[in-house]
Amino acid sequence: MSTFELLISLLKGGLKVTIIVTLFSTILAFILGFTAGLARLSKYKILRIISGMYVEVFRGTSLLVQLFWLYFALPLLGIKFSAIFTAILAIGLNFGAYCSEIVRSAVNSIPQGQTEACIALNMTSFQSMRRVIIPQAFATMLPNLGNQLIELLKSTSLVSMITLADLTYHANILNSSTFETTKIYSLLLIIYFVISLPLTYGIKMLERRLSVWRV
Amino acid sequence: MVLRCWNAGCPYGGFNMFDWKFAVNILPKILASLKITIVATFAGFFLALVLGLVLSILSKSRIKPVSRLTNGVVLFIRNTPLLVQLYFIFYVFPEYGLTLEPLSAGILGLGIHYSTYLSEVYRSGIENVPHGQWEAAKALNFTRMETWTKIILPQAIPPILPVLGNYLITMFKETPLLSAITLVEILQTAKIIGAGSFKYLEGFTIVGIIFFILSYPSSRLIKSLDVRLNKKF
Repeated sequence: MSTFELLISLLKGGLKVTIIVTLFSTILAFILGFTAGLARLSKYKILRIISGMYVEVFRGTSLLVQLFWLYFALPLLGIKFSAIFTAILAIGLNFGAYCSEIVRSAVNSIPQGQTEACIALNMTSFQSMRRVIIPQAFATMLPNLGNQLIELLKSTSLVSMITLADLTYHANILNSSTFETTKIYSLLLIIYFVISLPLTYGIKMLERRLSVWRV
Repeated sequence: MVLRCWNAGCPYGGFNMFDWKFAVNILPKILASLKITIVATFAGFFLALVLGLVLSILSKSRIKPVSRLTNGVVLFIRNTPLLVQLYFIFYVFPEYGLTLEPLSAGILGLGIHYSTYLSEVYRSGIENVPHGQWEAAKALNFTRMETWTKIILPQAIPPILPVLGNYLITMFKETPLLSAITLVEILQTAKIIGAGSFKYLEGFTIVGIIFFILSYPSSRLIKSLDVRLNKKF
């Protein structure tokens, strides 16, 4: 097979799954990250404990272990998800834990005076979060969240190990049928690079725009 | 996205519960392979420390092509998955006469991948050394080499120790990836046990607990180290 044919065959086979997993687990991770990050700052102790446990468990164990646990071990307890759902769930849960730490530290970094000003203006705590604290914290979070997005994209290659047919999975299949090892894996590296590079620059641009108001 | 229960043919009222006896039986086997995981972690970290320093110094080189090339390489490695890099080292290198066994390929992969992250860490440490230190070294007629080893690095490294520690823990948690290139570390051991007995739950749970027990206290330790180091300044 020529290099071009290999490239087409790789993209045709696996690009869709890689993008679907990246997209949905990013959404899940950001939702979980914001929920758990804000819950850790809650005044209710029970919320702090639950989110703290979630974060520490998912940060303390490895993503691949979580993926395998959800895919191979959980069915034995009577719960079985499809491979793609397992992949999205595992990656979302794992990166959600990392994102929650980013959210928490960004919110913590907003000066106390901002909260006090909100109280003085008679805002409810929800209003002050939504209108004052989060918009400022968001600019602080953005570079770190962007890095997590790149890490997430890269980690989608792990789903090939639970037999989900993403780019990496197709490369392995193609490799065992054509033996064009050098070409296939070089192409695979380049494909991932080409997907993640615009993300890197996009995030940098967004960062610059969001921090314009800062001196 | 189907949710279905495995009711039929399962003992214990439809669920296969955690088998403690089996878990105790397989624990020694899993712990035995923990050695491989630890070796891979530390060897990979050591390689990443050395390579990372080299990369960070090269990217500060005054020869433009050298620094450009280094930055390009770092960007490429950071933007591609470790798993694919491992496949590349394990399957492509032999085509050019460099056949590596799984452990050394894994160490090489981990080391190279994380050296690009550590080079950023070193860079931030180096940039935090005040510019006057460079000027003072020049005024004292230090060579470039002496400036690095006697002035800059001794000041740049201590503040970044906690960050380096965190990367050690991160790398520890990435070692299960080496199972993809047939290295029998703890996750692979648990998988082999599961494939032989159809009992995946116990093995994978134990592996998860081992990772947690080792990484959580270490990250706590590093956090306290960080607080103490930062207090000094």
